[in-house]
Amino acid sequence: MSTTSLPSTPLRIALLGAPNSGKTTVFNALTGARAKVGNYPGCTVERREGRIRGTERAIKVLDLPGSYSLRGESLDERIVEEVLDGSIEDKPDALLIVVDATTMQRSLAMVLEVLEAHAGLPAALVVTMIDEMRARGGRIDFGKLSRILGVPVLPIVGHRGVGLDAVSRALQGPEDWSPAKRFDRTDEPEVRYEWVDRVCHDIGATQIRSDSRSDLIDRWLLHPVSGALVFFGVMVFVFQSIFAWAVPSMDAIESLFGEVGRISRAVLPTGILTDLWADGILAGVGSVLVFLPQIVILFALIHFLEDVGYMARAAFVVDRIMGWVGLQGRSFVVLLSCSACAVPGIMAARTISAPRDRLATILVAPFMTCSARLPVYTLLIAAFIPAQMIGGVFRIQGLVMFGLYALGTLTAFTTAALLKSTIVRGKLSTFYMELPPYRVPTAKLLLSQVWNSARAFLKRAGTIIFAVSVVVWALLNFPRAPVDLAASAEAQAQQQLEVSVAGHLGRGLEPVIAPLGFDWKIGVGLVASLAAREVIVATLAQIYAVGDPDDFDGLRGALQNDTDPATGRPTFDIAVALSLLIFFVFALQCTSTIVVMAKETGSWRWPAFAFTYMLGLAYGASFVTYRLASAWIP
Amino acid sequence: MFECERLGDQRPGFRGRIVERTDNGSIPFRLRELGFVPGTAVQVLRHGPLGDPVELELRGYRICLRRGDLNTVYVNADPDRA
Repeated sequence: MSTTSLPSTPLRIALLGAPNSGKTTVFNALTGARAKVGNYPGCTVERREGRIRGTERAIKVLDLPGSYSLRGESLDERIVEEVLDGSIEDKPDALLIVVDATTMQRSLAMVLEVLEAHAGLPAALVVTMIDEMRARGGRIDFGKLSRILGVPVLPIVGHRGVGLDAVSRALQGPEDWSPAKRFDRTDEPEVRYEWVDRVCHDIGATQIRSDSRSDLIDRWLLHPVSGALVFFGVMVFVFQSIFAWAVPSMDAIESLFGEVGRISRAVLPTGILTDLWADGILAGVGSVLVFLPQIVILFALIHFLEDVGYMARAAFVVDRIMGWVGLQGRSFVVLLSCSACAVPGIMAARTISAPRDRLATILVAPFMTCSARLPVYTLLIAAFIPAQMIGGVFRIQGLVMFGLYALGTLTAFTTAALLKSTIVRGKLSTFYMELPPYRVPTAKLLLSQVWNSARAFLKRAGTIIFAVSVVVWALLNFPRAPVDLAASAEAQAQQQLEVSVAGHLGRGLEPVIAPLGFDWKIGVGLVASLAAREVIVATLAQIYAVGDPDDFDGLRGALQNDTDPATGRPTFDIAVALSLLIFFVFALQCTSTIVVMAKETGSWRWPAFAFTYMLGLAYGASFVTYRLASAWIP
Repeated sequence: MFECERLGDQRPGFRGRIVERTDNGSIPFRLRELGFVPGTAVQVLRHGPLGDPVELELRGYRICLRRGDLNTVYVNADPDRA
């Protein structure tokens, strides 16, 4: 097979290198993409490609997962092997090997391995993080390194863009790169390292001090006592701040949407389309958009932890505990990243090389509190948990939220232990995790990551939630109730809810969910939330908007004031709210998660299994919660 | 005097070198790829909260591994630190 590219087909250049060497940062800089980066090994788990901008020649860059060698052990590493072999697609036309200047004494072994195995392909070396290497007293002779290897060596500082112009110029013509020296193939890492040690000595790569800042921080963060205290301190702070900032921002955004609704009704002609706009779309989508500030706070924190280098430390701290439940530190990194969203989290499980550990991690991942639960939790807590302080520092609301997160995590662990001792039994696998130096993310990077996450949330609101809102609105409004001129607007609206498809559906469901304290409205919300958890917020908002068409001023008030027309008792009280919260801790209400689970495990059996046991657990736990709360809380 | 010992048994503060042994083949292949080869200097930085895993520095980078896996690696303490 020829490696020269036809003029019509773009040149394909693969980025490869050790985990956390900065491949994706280079990829983003070259292509203008906004792929996720983070300061921990295993951040990229799939192959992705992008075009270099502003070049005459069409050039595609392939970003590959990091790997320590070409003999991949885990699924993400095997992707590298397959791409280079040409077994899943055409071989790339050239290789860009990315190495971190501070870990040269290890990384050069893989460089050698690649040059041994792919001598025919043009290759170049990109050496990242040279600023850090210099700060730690290192001085590497890159010219000498290039002469030893034969290939071009391009030093860069990825996050500051230093040296990237040279990389992008070099990519224009890989045919002109000086060819690599011939290196004899070997299967013995020891043989390679003998060469690596000699080379590192010659180019001055052995003189790098350890990072004193990381040493100092680790002394506190990895300490058994202070490390745990800091971790809990940070978590409590986050939940406190979510509530300290939640209510004002919810009020502001809610009243904004309420106002838009009123103006719409005043300006637009009365009719079914105006109803769809005001009660369906504005109430539905708007009620979810209310939670944008909280989502931003949560994502800012998650991205900060990822970028600064905390993820690998968390794995170090909890690996032993993970060992008790039959998993390992890497599983915890996966589970922690599920607090943003379970979908990328489940994909990140590819970094776990033992298939059974990986499966167990995937099966418990949906218990981790994802950002889609945040709107549901915030709404119910803000409406029903008293906004009091305990001891002058802790808000009860923040503590309840923290409790829900803790419960989800605890359940994930216990379930993992159960699974590992029953259906996915297997011995403890090898665990290794590189601990990168702490790095201060640039404000620009952090802002762009938070913006990306916020955009993803807005996109969900504009697609899934919008679509479900329209469907639910239709189900709530059809068939039409006969117009009764004598009845008040409110009675007429109630009448409409009773005869609608959704009303019938909800009533049909009521016997099943009544033991949990839920009425038919919550039932409709639960069914709709099978598409995505936060849809229940949209659905409830619509039901109450339809039920109170003239003056819908926010969902919290509507939930607090709603009464059962038959008994006159409030529909919602603390017991119902707690029961519903618990239901959301456990149930797997997310189509995307189910689909990705099927894709990653290669069968629909596992998502079906997960959905069933999680639903069972949710039902049982809600039932118990409702009974206990009704009995104990007046 | 410098008898070789298992890396997993070393306390934080230990500095030494990996030694050549006839049973080096029993070191998991991935560890050998990560640079756990004879002659390499290693330092034990700290243990996890419950004694496991172990954080090491070698070849200019830091990595944590479980003791069980490290016990396939034999080391000699540096004479001036022993």
